[in-house]
Amino acid sequence: MTETRIDKRFQDLKAEGRPALVTFISAGDPDFETSKEILLGLPSAGADIIELGMPFSDPMADGPAIQESSIRALKAGQNMSKTLQLVSQFRQVDIKTPIVLMGYYNPIYVYGPERFLEAASKAGVDGLIVVDLPPEADDELCIPAMDHGINFIRLATPTTDSVRLPMVLKNTSGFLYYVSITGITGSKAPDVSKVHEHIERIKVRTNLPIAIGFGVKTGEQAKNIAKGANGVVVGSAIVNAIRDSLDTDGGATQKTVSRTLDVVKDLSRALTA
Amino acid sequence: MPLILDLERAYNEARSDAGCDAELNDLLAHYAGRPSPLYYAQRLTEHLREVATKDGQTGGAKVYFKRDELNHTGSHKINNCLGQILLARRMGKTRIIAETGAGQHGVAVATVCARFGLPCEIFMGATDVERQKPNVFRMNLLGAKVHAVTSGAGTLKDAMNEALRDWVSNVENTYYIIGTAAGPHPYPELVRDFQSVIGNELRQQMMEREGRLPDTLVACIGGGSNAIGLFHPFLDDAEIEIYGVEAGGHGIDVPNGHAASMSGGSPGVLHGNRTFLLQNEDGQILEGHSISAGLDYPGVGPEHAWLKETGRVNYVPATDKEALTAFQLCTRLEGIIPALEPSHALAFVTKLAPTLPRDNLLVMNMCGRGDKDIFAVAGHLGMDI
Ligand SMILES: Cc1ncc(COP(=O)(O)O)c(C=O)c1O
Repeated sequence: MTETRIDKRFQDLKAEGRPALVTFISAGDPDFETSKEILLGLPSAGADIIELGMPFSDPMADGPAIQESSIRALKAGQNMSKTLQLVSQFRQVDIKTPIVLMGYYNPIYVYGPERFLEAASKAGVDGLIVVDLPPEADDELCIPAMDHGINFIRLATPTTDSVRLPMVLKNTSGFLYYVSITGITGSKAPDVSKVHEHIERIKVRTNLPIAIGFGVKTGEQAKNIAKGANGVVVGSAIVNAIRDSLDTDGGATQKTVSRTLDVVKDLSRALTA
Repeated sequence: MPLILDLERAYNEARSDAGCDAELNDLLAHYAGRPSPLYYAQRLTEHLREVATKDGQTGGAKVYFKRDELNHTGSHKINNCLGQILLARRMGKTRIIAETGAGQHGVAVATVCARFGLPCEIFMGATDVERQKPNVFRMNLLGAKVHAVTSGAGTLKDAMNEALRDWVSNVENTYYIIGTAAGPHPYPELVRDFQSVIGNELRQQMMEREGRLPDTLVACIGGGSNAIGLFHPFLDDAEIEIYGVEAGGHGIDVPNGHAASMSGGSPGVLHGNRTFLLQNEDGQILEGHSISAGLDYPGVGPEHAWLKETGRVNYVPATDKEALTAFQLCTRLEGIIPALEPSHALAFVTKLAPTLPRDNLLVMNMCGRGDKDIFAVAGHLGMDI
């Protein structure tokens, strides 16, 4: 595979000596235009890599915060074509910040995997995280994605043992996403020392950058967790800021974009301090 | 994923353990009340022959019911629950969770948990908790904690998502007893095996009654567990005609107005299964609709999807209205109040049997009793009870 924006970004950050702040929002939350404004503001707020959720009706791996954000987006009419549009509009103004699409397989399957990869590559997508496609299904999307120059990023969890880890690592590229807790997004905060212990064991097996996510909410947590890893992922805390800024009918307000980006700025400040 | 691999390993070990088998068989016999009778529905048969004669035909298959509605807790769900709770105990799990729609599976899980002294938590859509109060009360009596799930539309699929979330969060001590032949591998296979007691008994019973195998099998399809349990032991008998009856709701042409994922859905992938789903053009899963809460599932087990594609099994819909008519017919002619789920199978039998010759042995799986449905049926018939 040729070098992607994700590879480049991790190299640059390594040179700078700081971890990546990876931020998650759902595409189209709370509506297309507001989501676009948030997306465009993320790089200058401090996001080094952007995870953009492809909304799905049945997000089994997500806790209430991301479930609700997914549902807000779907209610506002978000679909796969619009998510890809969002990426290409972002690429017109930012050619450096990597975008990773994250979600579940069915909407991709229905769109058509090959058609999806072509459109994603054209729009400027750099990576994919599809939580319900295990390594056993690598032929389905993971390997074709690499042929389109798109990194397929896989999740390792505390229950990924030494037997399973090589399978997980085999076709993973870009970075490895370490899920810090056994559970769903937005859960309780992880035990930092346990996380680092596990990360050290993974590092022996791979040279891929490792980003840690699930359960990270505050700048303080992000800073502690990021030690010993190459990046930290924050999702629920950001989409909760979107939720908290909405009016009583669930519509965006004047504050939606700024409040959301403020959360990202705080996280970034904590990480670079 | 490792949780799934653990389950697979434990299941394969249990399968080759004769002691485990003996314990299950003992419970099936003395706790669940198996074997369930094979009953010749004589008056229904005669009625359908009259229908055939009126149409100028000479047919009218001989209709039998496999009476799984007589099982403890009132449906086939107990077969699977007994099998899985033994597996859970074998794996050393100390907490049981499950999803339920109408509450039949939830009641069966709460029952086996009471029997084995294990704490039990049931996830049930908030909408269903409201609609199925008697079953919620039953589960509570049995000592289970019922969580009302508010995500999504608060029905069966949301309950299943929530159960999966709980499972991945608490996998160390928790076993998830899934209620149908769907969900992540190896559940579809495991549930099929535990439900195959239905078809295996039938083979033997029909040989004893008629000296040969049946000609036609009919079962209703929610996620597909009672149907696969009836069908599976006969799949290699190519001359046997097999029909799965889906919930046609208001009609399969009505958008989101039915729960017939094979007759009126499209191919998709959910919970790691390639199957047929009720979904929109963007791959978002729809809620579906059926008069029967037990058939109100937006997908179907992967083995049924495969049996449809190979053409081995025919899948047909029956509407709410047809099921309601069949429900009343069976009650009056046979003195059996069927659940609304098998009433769908029965509705199709009333169409199919008159077209078959009189020596055709047709077996329908009477997979549940209708006591739970009398309030809903009264409502649909415009009566207040
Ligand atoms: C009596 C009865 N029949 C059928 C079903 C549908 O499930 P399956 O298709 O798995 O048999 C249910 C589900 O709740 C049920 O209660």
